[in-house]
Amino acid sequence: MKSAVIVFPGSNCDRDAHDAIEHVTGQKPAMVWHQESELPEGTQFVMVPGGFSYGDYLRCGSMASRSAIMPAIVAHAATGAPVLGVCNGFQILTESGLLPGALMRNAGLKFVCEKAPLTVENANTQFTSRYEAGARLLVPIAHHDGNYFADPETLDRIEGEGQVVFRYGKNPNGSARDIAGITNEQGNVMGMMPHPERAVDAGHGGTDGLALFESLLGSA
Amino acid sequence: MKAKIHVYLKPGVLDPQGAAVAGALHNMGYDEVEAVRQGKLIELDLTGDDVESARKRVDEMCAKLLSNPVIESYSIELA
Repeated sequence: MKSAVIVFPGSNCDRDAHDAIEHVTGQKPAMVWHQESELPEGTQFVMVPGGFSYGDYLRCGSMASRSAIMPAIVAHAATGAPVLGVCNGFQILTESGLLPGALMRNAGLKFVCEKAPLTVENANTQFTSRYEAGARLLVPIAHHDGNYFADPETLDRIEGEGQVVFRYGKNPNGSARDIAGITNEQGNVMGMMPHPERAVDAGHGGTDGLALFESLLGSA
Repeated sequence: MKAKIHVYLKPGVLDPQGAAVAGALHNMGYDEVEAVRQGKLIELDLTGDDVESARKRVDEMCAKLLSNPVIESYSIELA
């Protein structure tokens, strides 16, 4: 599967994303600068990485979500192709309207950087098919604005539709209903605050994120 | 022309920063503070002098970038 990683000014997990994708597929993803207006020919999987695009000015992800490449990503998602946003990428996908809700300042007001216990709530997605439903994972989080918010009706709807894919074992940021990751209604766009791309190499402290990339891209 | 845009969190959206500021004010002895909501003030300098068209354009800017309708409301003052 041909992959692309989007790079914004202030992205800092773009190379981790690159390495995780290469590790699983053996192929280097295209690194696409945010000022491009098209994805490379034949792109299937798009990853919007973590970081602090535009210094988190105005609202996290707000400026990045209005950059030149975004209409191409929105159009790509509309074809049913997989799009994954991690951390700042999750914020960018909610700001762009590809995912419901918003990510607000952590309830404890502090930046949290730790390994977060997660539960796989829905293993029946193209991002999680290699996990067991209910599996417990340990995946790094590192964010100041990961407090997932949506109105109660939206929360009920996404819970009912199986769009809540990951939940925190211990809520680190005040997220509604302990939500750590969600998909859109069609299931082809996923956003999550934890960093699976930082959990693909035992030398870096764990491999619980590996199955996510294997689910999506097939194992090497 | 100047536009002043107030962006504030919708009622019902928890404001942890406002709550922290309220806590600090209480610690300083300002017990009369019942609650604090923290928002943003954005000022734009605009060309042109047609207030109605400016209002329409600024409203569009607010909806598209300056506020997030999921969590925020806004008001516009033109002068």
